[in-house]
Amino acid sequence: MAVSTPSRNVVLMSVFRGDADGGELVNYRVPIREGMVVLDAVLWVQANMAPDLAVRWNCKAAKCGSCSAEINGFPRLMCKSPVAEYGEEFTVRPMRTFPIIRDLVTDVSWNYEVNKKIPPFTPSAEDAADPEPWRMQQEDVDRITEFRKCIECFLCQDVCHVLRNHDRKDAFFGPRFMIRTASLEMHPKDALDRRPLMKGEGGVGMCNITKCCTEVCPEHIHITDNAIIPLKERVADLYFDPLRAIGRRLRGKK
Amino acid sequence: MATAPAASSHEPLPGTVQNPYSALPNWFYPANVVFWLGLFVVYAAVVVLVERTGRYGPYLSPFFSPEINLRVGGFLIPPAIWVAWAPLAFRLTCYYYRKAYFRSFLWHPRSCAVNEPKRATYRGETRFWIFNNLHRYAFYAIFIQTLFLWYDVIAGLLQHQQLGAVLGFGNLLMLVNVLALSGYTYGCHAFRHLAGGGVDCFSCSRVRFALWRGVTVLNVRHDRWAWVSMFTVWGTDVYIRLLVHGVIPHAAWN
Ligand code: SF4
Ligand code: SF4
Ligand code: FES
Ligand code: FES
Repeated sequence: MAVSTPSRNVVLMSVFRGDADGGELVNYRVPIREGMVVLDAVLWVQANMAPDLAVRWNCKAAKCGSCSAEINGFPRLMCKSPVAEYGEEFTVRPMRTFPIIRDLVTDVSWNYEVNKKIPPFTPSAEDAADPEPWRMQQEDVDRITEFRKCIECFLCQDVCHVLRNHDRKDAFFGPRFMIRTASLEMHPKDALDRRPLMKGEGGVGMCNITKCCTEVCPEHIHITDNAIIPLKERVADLYFDPLRAIGRRLRGKK
Repeated sequence: MATAPAASSHEPLPGTVQNPYSALPNWFYPANVVFWLGLFVVYAAVVVLVERTGRYGPYLSPFFSPEINLRVGGFLIPPAIWVAWAPLAFRLTCYYYRKAYFRSFLWHPRSCAVNEPKRATYRGETRFWIFNNLHRYAFYAIFIQTLFLWYDVIAGLLQHQQLGAVLGFGNLLMLVNVLALSGYTYGCHAFRHLAGGGVDCFSCSRVRFALWRGVTVLNVRHDRWAWVSMFTVWGTDVYIRLLVHGVIPHAAWN
């Protein structure tokens, strides 16, 4: 496609076109409107220039978590990224950590498989048998509400270097599922202990707290500070703290 | 199974990743960490191994508190040796400094979404770095050391007749330093876990919840406290050292 000098009202957007067998960046000149986001530009191209351009989106309100992509190489929701922030030229690529299907669409099903490995909310037998509705206090709700804001955009999974650069999907569930595990572990009514899972298959030890997940999260969840680090501390209680181990011995727990 | 992902054509070219949340180039943070942390470590090593005292009248350098002068066969063991191991262990295993050095010195990753150099297998904190799980023990040591530093500040203020003045510049430096160090120490993630993070039901343990909230106030800016306190320690020692070696005149007010 011919590239002409972009004027003030036009941006040059390069979009990855291709599939697992390869592809290339294709340039599109897109007229801009006030308040336009990258998703608008992509949809304009789809409507006017390339009807076969594959893109996944639903809400255009940063709430469904479908439109994750890499704009200028950085993971972000397309619908939350103003075109005006990028000057006259930018690139849009699919998420790199997941297998590509076509153009901007990737196969994120690995995440759903991981999710199944986390035992769901399980109250104690006593609580489960309680005929009264449970009462929860605000402070207990607040802590978990932060984690429930997750929209499953998987941007954190995409940016996490354990998955992205080292491809250790076999050894680490990734930040999104640290969030989910934390929300269950910190629930006052949940009776399961997921620390062995975290130490083992979940692989909380693979995270080195470099905080890229927190940097990209569109819901501004403090993934590292409020979920991963507390989980690491809980795992340390059980597996790495000699004094606590002695304490458990003395109290006759295993 | 730890194969690096095959280079795919939808991978951004090196050097083209632009973090939309930061105006700074992505080498800026790691370069600064390497420079300032590196310089501090060299300075600290010289002070600990070469210098014989941290005392000037009522002032005491944080590197030398508590003062332990032990001689073996007439040879004075560098007094700071007895002190320095604790802050070294504390900062080496601190969750914030882990981010700083994993990013800056080890490039795991240097910056978010930026490729890592291909090197040996990455194992996170599951093998060599597994000792980071003992951070809480370093916290216990520093908790005690901070009490010594508070004692030094108060003792220094009370012994003003030694100065021949009511207030010395060194008193102020020591006070600012202990405040910064307290902000850093009491915002520690291991302390946050100990204070209340480890409980699932906040409403069941009011005291620990209150404590957890207090620690959280400091914890959200833990990175800032880490840097500020490093520079106050540095500055306090430099000032006292210049006095000890007679390089600058003593500044005090009546
Ligand atoms: S902080 Fe941990 S989970 Fe988050 S991106 Fe970094 S390594 Fe991955
Ligand atoms: S934690 Fe944040 S970045 Fe990760 S999937 Fe949820 S909303 Fe997206
Ligand atoms: S389209 Fe729903 S999050 Fe962007
Ligand atoms: S986490 Fe930084 S001092 Fe403990």
